Amino acid sequence: MPAMAPSFDTLSEQDLHEEEEEIDFSDLKAQYEVRLEEGLDTFVVLDGLPIVGEDTRDKLVKYLLKKLNTVGHTSSDAVSMPFNEKKSSSEGFAIVEYETPEQAMSAVKHLHGTMLDKKHTLAVNKLTDIDRYGREGRIDEEYKPPHIEPFKEKEHLRWWLGDPNARDQFALYRGDKVGVYWNMKKDPPENVVDRPHWTQLFVQWSPHGTYLASIHPQGLQLWGGPSFSKQKQFPHPFVQLVEFSPGESYLTTWSARPVQVEEGQPVLTYEEDGKHIIVWDIVSGKPLRSFVAHEVTGQEADAAPKKKVQWPAFKWSADEKYVARMLPQQSISIYELPRMNLLDKTSVKIDGIMDFEWAPATPTREGVKQYEQLLCFWTPEIGSNPAKVGLMSVPSKEIVRTRNLFNVSDVKLHWQTQAAYVCVKVDRHSKSKKSMATNLEIFRVKEKGVPVEVVDSLKDTVINFAWEPKGDRFVLITTGEASAGAAVAPKTAVSFFAPEKVKGSGVGNFKLIRTIEKKTSNGIYWSPKGRFVVVATVHSQQSFDLDFWDLDFEGEKLESEKDLAANLQLMKSTEHYGITDVDWDPTGRYVVSSASVWTHSMENGWNIHTFSGTTLAEHPTEKFKQFIWRPRPLTLLSKEEQKQIRKNLREYSREFDEEDKYAVDIANTAVVEKRKRVLNEWLAWVRKEKELLEEERQALGIPEEGGEADRLKTAVTALDSKADAVVEEIVEEIIEETEEIIG
Amino acid sequence: MRPILLKGHERSLNQIKYNRDGDLLFSVAKDKVLCVWFAANGERLGTYQGHQGAVWTLDVSPNTVLLATGSADNEVRLWNVKTGECVKVWDFPTAVKRVEFSPDGSRLLAVTEKRMGYLGTIVVFDICYGDGEGGDLNDQNDEPSLRITCEESKATVAGWGYLGQYIIAGHEDGSVSQYDAKEGEQLENVQAHEFDYQINDIQFSSDRTYFITASKDKTAKILSTRNLAILKSFPSDTPLNTAALTPKKDYVILGGGQAAMDVTTTSARQGKFEARFYHRIFEDEIGRVKGHFGPLNTIAVHPAGTGYASGGEDGYIRVHHFDKPYFDFMYEVEREQMRR
Repeated sequence: MPAMAPSFDTLSEQDLHEEEEEIDFSDLKAQYEVRLEEGLDTFVVLDGLPIVGEDTRDKLVKYLLKKLNTVGHTSSDAVSMPFNEKKSSSEGFAIVEYETPEQAMSAVKHLHGTMLDKKHTLAVNKLTDIDRYGREGRIDEEYKPPHIEPFKEKEHLRWWLGDPNARDQFALYRGDKVGVYWNMKKDPPENVVDRPHWTQLFVQWSPHGTYLASIHPQGLQLWGGPSFSKQKQFPHPFVQLVEFSPGESYLTTWSARPVQVEEGQPVLTYEEDGKHIIVWDIVSGKPLRSFVAHEVTGQEADAAPKKKVQWPAFKWSADEKYVARMLPQQSISIYELPRMNLLDKTSVKIDGIMDFEWAPATPTREGVKQYEQLLCFWTPEIGSNPAKVGLMSVPSKEIVRTRNLFNVSDVKLHWQTQAAYVCVKVDRHSKSKKSMATNLEIFRVKEKGVPVEVVDSLKDTVINFAWEPKGDRFVLITTGEASAGAAVAPKTAVSFFAPEKVKGSGVGNFKLIRTIEKKTSNGIYWSPKGRFVVVATVHSQQSFDLDFWDLDFEGEKLESEKDLAANLQLMKSTEHYGITDVDWDPTGRYVVSSASVWTHSMENGWNIHTFSGTTLAEHPTEKFKQFIWRPRPLTLLSKEEQKQIRKNLREYSREFDEEDKYAVDIANTAVVEKRKRVLNEWLAWVRKEKELLEEERQALGIPEEGGEADRLKTAVTALDSKADAVVEEIVEEIIEETEEIIG
Repeated sequence: MRPILLKGHERSLNQIKYNRDGDLLFSVAKDKVLCVWFAANGERLGTYQGHQGAVWTLDVSPNTVLLATGSADNEVRLWNVKTGECVKVWDFPTAVKRVEFSPDGSRLLAVTEKRMGYLGTIVVFDICYGDGEGGDLNDQNDEPSLRITCEESKATVAGWGYLGQYIIAGHEDGSVSQYDAKEGEQLENVQAHEFDYQINDIQFSSDRTYFITASKDKTAKILSTRNLAILKSFPSDTPLNTAALTPKKDYVILGGGQAAMDVTTTSARQGKFEARFYHRIFEDEIGRVKGHFGPLNTIAVHPAGTGYASGGEDGYIRVHHFDKPYFDFMYEVEREQMRR
């Protein structure tokens, strides 16, 4: 079976349904057979009824109906209670027809095994079940214990973390091949696995790096372990978008085409029919719940309503306990995991809601003891009501903080990774709606009462904003108005902000450190560990620069910035022609800049730099599409242990330096050895070839080189004349230069 | 290394070649003109007039008496190098893409194009040198002494193996063939380059025991003439039009660039119009020479290994004389080998 060649040419039906072979699906199949028997699945059979005579029949039916109608709809006409041949007494059972198969199912579920009175217990079964199992020989009389599959050792899904050199892995998608490699810094990456046609659209790592997801018309597959074997399949046909929950327990998939459940599909049930979005449980591989996508129309009312995908459609709370989806302008529906039930069985109505974001970490508000998750949302101005930003606590659904805003044209919500702050970027228009300005409203979530700090010294529009991960500094990029028809994008300015130093442990007010004008930058890429940030110009046709900044430079500090909790320093600027993406490795040691063929076809490939901007290697790659670092799970070390490491960093780094030096020495020796070998091989080949040539020359009787000239006498003249040839050359030399002024 | 710029052609260069003495440089281009230059200073010595179409190829006999050219006007012409007169015209049904004299100058091969129902061929003529004083050069055979028809994939380039024993041809499908130079039968065929990536150039080492091929598949390879074994491989990042071997030093020079029709759609910096120097033995790139603003179509190395010339799509020839560092450069292992 071609398990290791997962091309979808080869990944046939059989391959896709491989699980079918492994797991016994006969029970599920049986369920489908039932559905095939049209019409009969509205019938149930009641057993265990008291034996009654003709006279008390109606009374019994009436009594039964009372019970039967608690779960569905039926009437006395639909109850058939057969009598024995003598017509004297009933047989103790009845057949009841419900309006729908669902009601019949519900009757089996709820009424089976309930007591009619002290003597009689009701047995309710579907007619089709009786038909199937009740017949002679259908059910084995003897009990056979279920067969339990012997335990099979699974591959270690976190094997790559045990690399002795703590190297990181990445996935590389180019042409139609996807490979996973070890980062080798300066040297060419070391291949772990490389497969053609591994995916049809793109690849994606799960948030902790356990799985690699590949996308196919038949659905999504997860791969993992040292051999990157198939771990799970999620048969969502024509899946286009994928979102993992933060703890990689769940998965949401989206397809533009509604799911059509076919008979015999082992995983999807008719529940999924007609749905666009499926929420899956990764461990079981089963769908938890499925949804129809909300129709989202473009915001421009004048333009023809364009269908846009709202993605991620479902946003996860940091601990995966909740997942929420917004119905634009109306409500948020919050579902509780693992059951995927709607919280309190109702959506939260928020008139005009435009967007919301969960706190990316479980928040800790001062003075709040009970468990909560927070989500931030905003609503625009409606009538005379101002625009609003609110913080909602879940599961209480209590709005813990709101703020009114005026003249709002757009709002973006930016949480800091530890949920310490949420920065609300408010684009405001002037009264005349002619000029734009941006305000930052920063909610200090951890402080008592959630105070809001306003940074409103920005005249231009902010086009990008990013918090320092695990820190309290941020970078933003502003731009002036684009002049209409200009070929060149307007210049941008990059501003760095940091809190003021305060006594004690608090965080001071946010202040501008510095603004770098006349840039073209549009992308902000913080190191995942904070402190370092790359500001780059991406997706541009004219500029391709990357600036590597340090916010805690260990050197002299400008006098004007001495009160700020930062020391900003540009470490290096570099360029990468055609750059489209920038990715930090999960440890914050390396940065990869790449130019993907998905955007343009010029000089595609990827370059690897150190955190400080030294380019280690360039990898021009034909039809390069995607570079993604494999994420790492959260550290298992305690805070103290981490502190200890930081303290002894110098010692460790000495060790590592030695290791590096040793590795370089080994590599150099290897290179020299190889060169020696290659040189000797070449010289030996040339020598042998010369000997053979000489033999053949003599065998053929051809004179040696130079002797040829004698054979062709004509050459003699040429050679003779060359001896006393005169080459004439005209040489111009400037002997003197004088300047005369005539006047 | 300051190049001498030769501006004598109005259209892109097709082939340039030094004579065996290295004092003359011949060039042909799409503009029908055939030029000869002094290699030392770049002065133009003269032109040879007569072709009615783009001249694809040229070769000069080892004794610098005859010059052969092949053209899009379906002719192979033979010229008296000294006087500039055309001494012989052979007509073909299709264009001639490559000509080359055998190492002793006694034979001339010509590669004809596949077109209009004609298969590509390699034809061989026996060449006469008249009275040895430059007279009676027009006394040549009308009919070829050998004709090889390429049934499978047409030959794009061809040359003579050592002692004139073999004819080596590079094909449109990226393969290389070895033919017996007497009988014309195919002895070997290897898929040296990626399938369906045309071979654009083939040049031989001075003793013709090995040769280098340049292909559209962005690589150049060194093959053994004897058995077509691939000895070395030089990957680059651009389609290659030409590759040359340098005497004296163990280098190779590769030239190419985005095909002319693709260049207009891409930025200038992407053209990669540089001559690339690789170490012949270690296969490492060791340097580049910029200058042309179009793809490099042809490179010729001075027979004494003292310089090289390149002809580009831009219509210029750039003649370079190597500086001292070029000759001094050596890998540590080579130096060790020298000391021994």
